[in-house]
Amino acid sequence: MTIRTAALRLLPVWAVLFALLLGMFFVLLAGVNPIEAYRDLLRGALADVFGFATTLVKTTPLLFAGLGVAVALRAGLINIGAEGQIYLGGLAAALVGLYVRGLPPLLHVPLAMLAAFVGGGAWALLPALLRLRRGVSEIITTLLMNYIGLYFVGALVSGPLKEPGAPYPFSPPLAPSAYLPTIIATTDAHAGILIALVLAVVTYIVLEHTPAGFQVRMVGANPSAAAYAGVNVGQTVIIAMVVSGGLAGLGGASEVMGLKHRLFDAFSPGYGYDAIVVAFLGAGQPLGVVATAFFFGALRSGANIMQRSQGVPVAVIFAIQGLAVLFLAASLAVRHRIFRWGGRSRQPVAASPAQAAGVSDPE
Amino acid sequence: MIGREGPVRPGPSPIGQAMDVLRMEEITKRFGPVVANDRITLAVRAGTVHALLGENGAGKTSLMNILYGLYQPDDGRIWVRDQPVRIRSPRDAIRLGIGMIHQQFTLVPQLTVVENVVLGLRPRRPPFLDLAAAEDEITGISKTYGLDVNPRFRVMGLSVGMQQRVEILKALYRGADLLILDEPTSVLTPAETEALFEVINSLVADGKSVIFISHKLEEVLRISQAITVLRRGRIVATVPTTDTTPSDLARMMVGRDVVFRVLKTPAHAAGPALEVTDLRAASDQSYPAVKGVTFRLFRGEILGIAGVDGNGQAELAEAIAGLRPVSAGQVRLNGLEVTSWPPKARITAGLGFIPADRYRFGLVPDFTVAENLVMKTFAAPPYTRRGFLDRRTIAEHAESLVDQFDIRVHSVQQQARELSGGNQQKVILAREVSLTPTVIIAMQPTRGLDVGASEYILRELIAQRDRGAAVLYISTELEEVITISDRVAVMFAGELMGIIRPGDISHAELGLMMAGALRLKPAAGPA
Repeated sequence: MTIRTAALRLLPVWAVLFALLLGMFFVLLAGVNPIEAYRDLLRGALADVFGFATTLVKTTPLLFAGLGVAVALRAGLINIGAEGQIYLGGLAAALVGLYVRGLPPLLHVPLAMLAAFVGGGAWALLPALLRLRRGVSEIITTLLMNYIGLYFVGALVSGPLKEPGAPYPFSPPLAPSAYLPTIIATTDAHAGILIALVLAVVTYIVLEHTPAGFQVRMVGANPSAAAYAGVNVGQTVIIAMVVSGGLAGLGGASEVMGLKHRLFDAFSPGYGYDAIVVAFLGAGQPLGVVATAFFFGALRSGANIMQRSQGVPVAVIFAIQGLAVLFLAASLAVRHRIFRWGGRSRQPVAASPAQAAGVSDPE
Repeated sequence: MIGREGPVRPGPSPIGQAMDVLRMEEITKRFGPVVANDRITLAVRAGTVHALLGENGAGKTSLMNILYGLYQPDDGRIWVRDQPVRIRSPRDAIRLGIGMIHQQFTLVPQLTVVENVVLGLRPRRPPFLDLAAAEDEITGISKTYGLDVNPRFRVMGLSVGMQQRVEILKALYRGADLLILDEPTSVLTPAETEALFEVINSLVADGKSVIFISHKLEEVLRISQAITVLRRGRIVATVPTTDTTPSDLARMMVGRDVVFRVLKTPAHAAGPALEVTDLRAASDQSYPAVKGVTFRLFRGEILGIAGVDGNGQAELAEAIAGLRPVSAGQVRLNGLEVTSWPPKARITAGLGFIPADRYRFGLVPDFTVAENLVMKTFAAPPYTRRGFLDRRTIAEHAESLVDQFDIRVHSVQQQARELSGGNQQKVILAREVSLTPTVIIAMQPTRGLDVGASEYILRELIAQRDRGAAVLYISTELEEVITISDRVAVMFAGELMGIIRPGDISHAELGLMMAGALRLKPAAGPA
């Protein structure tokens, strides 16, 4: 590995560092010493058990959904729909938690998680089919499906699933057998994070060390070549997208089963959108996603402390997050230009599986 | 591998050549190690159509991009109407009255014709757009040249042929009197092509000049007054259209360099390995590209398919490989009817394919060399064991192929994109050959390679033949096809013009066949 490729691989780290550096400027604007603000941010997120537990709670849905977006990314798909898939996953888990009764936790929890995977996966299946059959960009369809998912859950918890007499739209509590157990006593930290970490490792192994993962990566890197090599590109796209949605759906399940124990209206504060950032900054690598999800979880958890102790608005955190994405996007653009100048390929490789069925290149 | 014919010497000094609207002299352009244009000299007479003829990659488009200011030449001079000029950008080119119509149109579909035409221009009566005046002017231009474009129509409702006319309008509205048309007919139906030719004729009749880029012989012969043939970045010749024939042009395009000394024993052909019967397939634009091709390829022989690029060779190869839908006909592989089989099944049944486009089909540039070498076999033992990829076996497999095929890499874990073209091609060859296929389709396997690498590839294919494989060798390099093949078929306009033994026919006759002017009865079997 040359110094250049090593530097390129660390691009996300550079992007985050530059974003934090520039973030200091915003903190200064708020009239606060940025070193002190960052110190409180760090302390709030990691130094005491409650802060750390909050960090884990915020990390969990980001990690599930980030893994989902990353899987799609590796197959060459942009899944903007993790938010909707979170809602459908949460809904499916809640239904199993509400209406399936009398199961021991060892069966009830996996069953609810499975339902969430199916729910989120189904929500991603439609965009995948539309892309394959009709060539509709999955970027648009997954995005729009988010709103359907959000309001579908909202409608259900305002109507048929609503707890009688509740002041807000939310469902009755799930059966306790469907709760994810708490892992740090007296805090909100629940076992969802452990499941997410296990799945991150599983996703890594599948992507890097199994033929299925090889196939997904090949379709993502060059669908035409994958078709040439005998891979069923359409099938691979569908499977990758369903797994992507399923993983995001588990993020919804973990919120419902681990944290809220009920299905709430608008229960995700945009985890699905942040997951896109998490996946991109994690370079689509499951273990990279673990790092970025934890980083953003910690930022969110520490930001509240920082706001309370230093009066720095939480919005600064979102600015830093945005800057990190901006820096990464900019550096990737530069990187691609390097490839274009240095490489022999003048034409970008076809990205659409629809094109991949074997088409020749005019000129 | 460079054409024997050197570049045409520059004619008399530009002074006194009042008839020339454009002169380009000794233009050289390099992209890294690739010389796209090697001392090109070109003169275009005012009021004529000058054709630039050449294969894909011959350097036509780069030369025109230099003229249009999109690239800067490394060397050379340009005169426009006897004035020495430097063209630093398309803006400069437009100011000099040069207009270019690219293969990919640059129109905004949601806007109307008139809006597209004035887009990017300074309004003549700022701050108002004054579309009405522009509309009148466009209607005028449209009438003069028979363009028949309604300026109020939205572009997205127009046919491809009409959109092309809008592009021409755009150039004319900007005052172009030298129009560059880059492969203008590649996107058109035959009827639209006829209409375009009428437009070109009326442009020329009005004193405008046209540079017509194409690789289609018939069109060039019909529309132009002079033809410059480019090959591998050099000029082969510039000839008046009246003094040339299709077969001359075909020979000039595909070249006559005898550079290979490939030892080859007579073929020992056995039973048929690949039988293609009345095969038909469409191009990407849904026009018939393969129109009833029939041949039999035998074990232990190399059947070459010669022909000018774009006559259906790529579609034929892809149809046989299962990468392109077949509209009619049959493909039999080792006696099995495989016409509707997916690519995977054909690979398993013993079909190897070296595609023409390394970057698009043959390789995953971002994957390592080792991964590329198991692209077709990764899911089976020994590369996958008990559900997991065996990285060590994959690496060992790569090491042994890298040794065997002398592929120059730092490491088998290197990305394929970092290799030279020759080594990339060797990776593909090694992968295909290592599967011991019974049929190998090799499409332009030496394109862009130096002599050494090309010879290596050809020798290996002959070794495969001697092992008993059947090789279908598709190339636009006539000399290569003749050297390597036991039988040669010539493809023209989607059909085979005949299958012959290379010794039985003259180059002149092959040239006629490549131009579609001679059709022979096929030679039934190998020698």
